[in-house]
Amino acid sequence: MSCKCNKEEGCQNNNSRREFLLSGLAATMVAVGCSDKTSPFIPEETIALTGEKVKLLSVDGEVIEIDKAYLKPVPDITHLTNKQEREGMAGKKFVMVIDLSRCKNLKKCQSACNHAHQVHPGQNWVKVLSMDDADHSAPYWQPTTCMHCDEPPCVKVCPVDATFKRQDGIVLIDSNRCIGCRFCMAACPYTTRVFNWEDPIQAVVTDNSMPQENMDSKQHYSCETSLPQKKGTVGKCDFCPDMIRKGELPHCVSACPNGVFMFGDMNEDAVTNGAETYRFSDLIKDKAGYRLMEDLGTKPSVYYLPPVNRSFPFESGLENQLPADQMNHSK
Amino acid sequence: MEKSNQLSEEQIIQDLLPQKFGRRGMIWTAILILFCLVGAYAYYRQLRYGLVVTHMRDYVSWGIYISNFVFFVAISLVGSLITAIFRLAKVPWRTPLTRISEMIAISAITFAALIIIVDMGRPERLLNLFTHGRIQSPILWDVIVISTYFCISLFLLYVTLIPDIKIMMNVKDKITKPFHKIYRWLASFWKDQSDQEKIRDRIITILCITIIPVAFCIHTVTSWLFATTYRPGWDSTNFGAYFVSGAFLVGAGGVVVAMYAFRRAYKLERYITDMHFDKMGRMLVLLSLLYLYFNVNEYLIPAFKMKKSEASHLTQLFSGEYAPMFWFAILVGMIIPIFVLLFKKGRKPLPMFIVGIMVVVGAWFKRYLIVTPTLLHPLLPMQEVPESYHIYFPSWEEWSISLGSLAGALLIITILARYFPVISIFKTLEDEKEKSA
Repeated sequence: MSCKCNKEEGCQNNNSRREFLLSGLAATMVAVGCSDKTSPFIPEETIALTGEKVKLLSVDGEVIEIDKAYLKPVPDITHLTNKQEREGMAGKKFVMVIDLSRCKNLKKCQSACNHAHQVHPGQNWVKVLSMDDADHSAPYWQPTTCMHCDEPPCVKVCPVDATFKRQDGIVLIDSNRCIGCRFCMAACPYTTRVFNWEDPIQAVVTDNSMPQENMDSKQHYSCETSLPQKKGTVGKCDFCPDMIRKGELPHCVSACPNGVFMFGDMNEDAVTNGAETYRFSDLIKDKAGYRLMEDLGTKPSVYYLPPVNRSFPFESGLENQLPADQMNHSK
Repeated sequence: MEKSNQLSEEQIIQDLLPQKFGRRGMIWTAILILFCLVGAYAYYRQLRYGLVVTHMRDYVSWGIYISNFVFFVAISLVGSLITAIFRLAKVPWRTPLTRISEMIAISAITFAALIIIVDMGRPERLLNLFTHGRIQSPILWDVIVISTYFCISLFLLYVTLIPDIKIMMNVKDKITKPFHKIYRWLASFWKDQSDQEKIRDRIITILCITIIPVAFCIHTVTSWLFATTYRPGWDSTNFGAYFVSGAFLVGAGGVVVAMYAFRRAYKLERYITDMHFDKMGRMLVLLSLLYLYFNVNEYLIPAFKMKKSEASHLTQLFSGEYAPMFWFAILVGMIIPIFVLLFKKGRKPLPMFIVGIMVVVGAWFKRYLIVTPTLLHPLLPMQEVPESYHIYFPSWEEWSISLGSLAGALLIITILARYFPVISIFKTLEDEKEKSA
């Protein structure tokens, strides 16, 4: 995440700020009047000092300490309109490649995703399934995201256009419009969708420095961040378009230490896991990439590379498996 | 109508006029209202805390509400079956059954619409269906056909009621004052003239013709809510016909139950005769056989192939966790009725009443089996979710709301029967005239 700093701005890089950003209120802290010279930017009204000091790094590289009362949130990005969010990014066609030979069920993808999207525990958008296709076949770990199908069955059945397909290939949900009929959940053959059966959890993860109601009312809903999640609506993996717009990779991709996930633009024919970059078409050709349930005609945007020449034995992932799933090995 | 031959006009009017609730009627209504209130409280809790009060979760995302919805849509089809098909086919014994089946249709379709709103996570956004509606979604088709069916059914009930209301207005003593006002509002324009009668007759014929395709649509479209998905057990080309045939069966069963109940409560033995039960019994056999035929198609043909995706679903139904309910629905809802009704003694009123209840109860569980077990067999394995997501049994809130909706439907029928004749007086008089002529 980039921070813009100038003379009057400082960046604070501690936990509270990270939570602050992650809880959806994209803001940078602006410290006003951080030098002892009289600044023209000091507001007219007098600020009641809290007595609590915050350390900031000035542009000169000095660590300065100012009172917390001088901090105020400023949105660092202008919000996209609903129309822009529905149209998506022109000239892009996002694609993901998941290399099954590298996955050992670490679930770093899952925890990063859950943290970023305030997912209810047990309602993971990214699931790592233990698959075993037949009696004598080899088991493997299969991370499963939304497939962002080019013929999305969920979009077909949505009665109010709350879930939609964008020009960049991403399938998103507009939680401000969703009526909660859950037809899309029934229609999705990959069962990737989850439902906010109860109040979303962002009410719990709030920044301490701000009163909670204030926070909720200020938090801007965006289809691209899928935040704040809304009770009674459907949620799912969104390919993190907010990260893509910042020029960064989706959370699952950057969180995976084994580089299982590769993400990119099909028009550029390149996918990357952050460390390595591949030509998409070559990768699929060389490693015999495939998509899930090709016979359904849903045309997913997520490709899988078969679990051959594995980096880890299947058993190494068992320790991370939920006890309930050990019985329920595969279907 | 052999017996009613000797009846005088006054006698018929006297017999068929709506009656005040007796003690039993009061208790019955009170129980229904109690169920509705409990259901309303459960729904209040659901609105307050969200759908988390149900036991639906991410895998079983549709539960008892949706199966109840399918049940209501199914039972509402009977209005068109008895009224429209019998009328167009000129079935002579239909008169005592049409009003009852129209009342069932109206109340069932009303609660079908209500229960689907209960199932929504965001009921306050209902209007989005109109402001942002997308015609490609089967839900929108359902909204269109169900509201159309509701309007036609209501209109049909009203048009057939008009002369009866006029008759009731003339008989002042029995009717309480406030409702007299409503009667006047509904039918004071009716003059009993032949030109008016001609128009009314035309309207009924037109409504009867239009209601048949719409009735087929409501249940076919409801089946498409399932058949347009890829799920094992739903992904079937058989589904439309399978649902419609099931709907005719449960609707006819419902009418038999109501016939018996009204006959007992209102002492209508001279109007709803053993002959009517006998005829409806034969109907039920035919409809059970028809539904059985589609069940064979629906279960045995996939079972012959046992595709991997279908196998776990089918074994769970045939011999697994859902087997008792599955065989109950098949045996009690179809096979036993067929055998009972093949005998003349089985088509007497009391056995018919019991068979009718069996058919309706079997049909309710059948709808449950159509919705829930399928959702427990997704195409990718069910993993990485809390253990409670792997099973589904409705919570008390779901049971209360569902029972409340069933009670509400019965309450509407009860109230309609309290203020309007359950058998058309006008038509009965007309039949009588024809007989004597």
